[in-house]
Amino acid sequence: MHVPTVAELVAQGKTPEILFWVGCAGSFDQRAQRVTKAFAQILDQVQINYAILGKEECCTGDPARRAGNEFLFQMMAYQNIQVLNGYGIKKIVTTCPHCFNTLKNEYPELGGDYEVIHHTTLLQQLINEGRIKLQGGGSFTGKKIVYHDSCYLGRANGIYEAPREILEWLDADLVEMKRCRTNGLCCGAGGAQMFKEEEKGDTRINTERSQEALATGATIIAAACPFCNTMLSDGVKLAEKEDQVSVLDVAELIATQLGK
Amino acid sequence: MGWLEPLVFALLSLIALVLFSKKVSAIRRNILLGRKEKIDDQPAKRFKNMLLLAFGQKKMFNNPLVAILHGFVYVGFVIINIEIIEIIIDGLSGEHRILYPLIPSLYPYLINCFEILALLVLVACVIFLIRRNVLYIKRFKSKELDGWPRTDANLILVTEIVLMGLFLLMNASDTLLQQRAVGHYADHPTGNFLISSWLHGILGSFSDQSLLITERTSWWLHIVGILAFLNYLPYSKHLHIVLAFPNTYYSKLQPAGKMDNMPSIQQEVLYAMQPELAPTDAAPAPLRFGARDVMDLSWKNLMDAYSCTECGRCSAACPARQTGKLLSPRKIMMDTRDRLEEVGCQLDKKSDWNGDEKSLLHTYISTEELMACTTCNACVEACPVSINPLDIILQLRRNLVMEESRTPAEWAALFSNVENNFAPWKFSPDDRDEWTRSV
Repeated sequence: MHVPTVAELVAQGKTPEILFWVGCAGSFDQRAQRVTKAFAQILDQVQINYAILGKEECCTGDPARRAGNEFLFQMMAYQNIQVLNGYGIKKIVTTCPHCFNTLKNEYPELGGDYEVIHHTTLLQQLINEGRIKLQGGGSFTGKKIVYHDSCYLGRANGIYEAPREILEWLDADLVEMKRCRTNGLCCGAGGAQMFKEEEKGDTRINTERSQEALATGATIIAAACPFCNTMLSDGVKLAEKEDQVSVLDVAELIATQLGK
Repeated sequence: MGWLEPLVFALLSLIALVLFSKKVSAIRRNILLGRKEKIDDQPAKRFKNMLLLAFGQKKMFNNPLVAILHGFVYVGFVIINIEIIEIIIDGLSGEHRILYPLIPSLYPYLINCFEILALLVLVACVIFLIRRNVLYIKRFKSKELDGWPRTDANLILVTEIVLMGLFLLMNASDTLLQQRAVGHYADHPTGNFLISSWLHGILGSFSDQSLLITERTSWWLHIVGILAFLNYLPYSKHLHIVLAFPNTYYSKLQPAGKMDNMPSIQQEVLYAMQPELAPTDAAPAPLRFGARDVMDLSWKNLMDAYSCTECGRCSAACPARQTGKLLSPRKIMMDTRDRLEEVGCQLDKKSDWNGDEKSLLHTYISTEELMACTTCNACVEACPVSINPLDIILQLRRNLVMEESRTPAEWAALFSNVENNFAPWKFSPDDRDEWTRSV
């Protein structure tokens, strides 16, 4: 499968209908790369006219801004907006809630105004339009799946239902943790915590959250953020449950149903 | 009644009002010490937020039992204050139950309503005292409440119980005096009231003289208590009953994930990238990056601090707090208010006071606390009156990083990676699309 870049399409005199913003985790992190590939496969299969920026994509600046380094954030935002506006990008989809939040909420006042959607929202739309179909009976029927809310999707942007509706469409037995939706507990990665050691405390945030997820008895912990995915996978490993319980992105769950 | 009682009453009320308005204007001045921030968009939406959150107490209903008890105290407080109008007119005119002759048939219903509410307030406050002091509710046991904050909370509850008790005692002795046709009490035959008549059993054995003293004493203590409480309010966490309204009105309407822009830095980066756009007379660099002290925060942050009633829902929801880190969003708000009060005190003493060696950052809030925040917005979401501790944390972090260059080594590496490799990790930007080779 070939993943087109915007530069390539433009050279052919074409423009993508939607830009797939891969993000740094999705580009470099081995675990997150699997989510990126799963999502690209879905886009390819439903024949969406998409493209990535490839080497021209830079960090949105989210971790720098939240760590307090506004200069660095502004520099990254400037570069990205130059590229995006240069290509006349109108619509962006991303698998990372942090990129999603920054592109959607923070770039407009810097001159980068795009329609930005998170991949769970796009996937839900494609399902509703009948463009993604379940192959066979669907292997998740009745399977206990617990969904972990990403802070930057949920509280930060009010998206709670799209990922859940996808899981229900997969016919899974969707279970909830006590701390869910507006009350969801962070995985511990936000605000640039992903990139440093936690402060001294009784336990790690990801341990606390993973244990809560494991306590539901679900065999799959569904996530919608590459950082949540890493944090929860670590927590499941720490509990030595990685053979029984997998942490998967909503896109990965759908991709397995496409038969590829 | 003679002229002495109305005169004493008028004097006391005047002193109470003057003191109260002095403190209110001091708080107003303190809030306005904050950075200017224009918040005047979408008034309809803001008004709706205020109705739902402050008036309707929407977020309290996350725990319906507590919401109902809190609702009793709130409704009781507001409605019983209607009775205060009569008490004040009585006090100033030397009359007794001045409204009764005007609305003789309605009057007993009104007072009965007040009495039922008074009982509900009383019961709710007793339950709240038990919740705070007997039961183990984690958010009431935190270290940051040790000392004055815990006393403040209990004092408010006890005061409300005493005030409600005095109100009922006053009515009970009054109606007994009516029955016995003592003095002017017989002129206002309101009849017994629903709740206070329960006290007749105890008061029945009192002599007329003792009853009179009981009635007058409870009347006076009740109104003096209210005037004192009015003046206590702006010094205590109880100020939320007033500030909840403006605070929810002025709360953030944008998505919670959006951080405030820093236009000065945006400009600076723009001119660095496109020097041709830079004006020849370079604008002076901003004096401050982020916030170091309360004066650097916006006025809304400062109003947040005065609106906080230290309930601790923010800290109970905070992932850092829940896993035993030092950070507590409630403490961030309490520290902000404490520092602001301190600055206010200095300004009261010396109007041209120009800072001291202390600051909100470091003296009150430590680096360790700031570093533990995951910016998850749980504290913001949890607050029933739309306080935003995260906004303060992020402004302090900006100062820490941009002015003091104080940042953990891992974050220094993060910054260098983003700057040089355009990603938070040390990967070559050329490898960004490597994944496409194996799809």
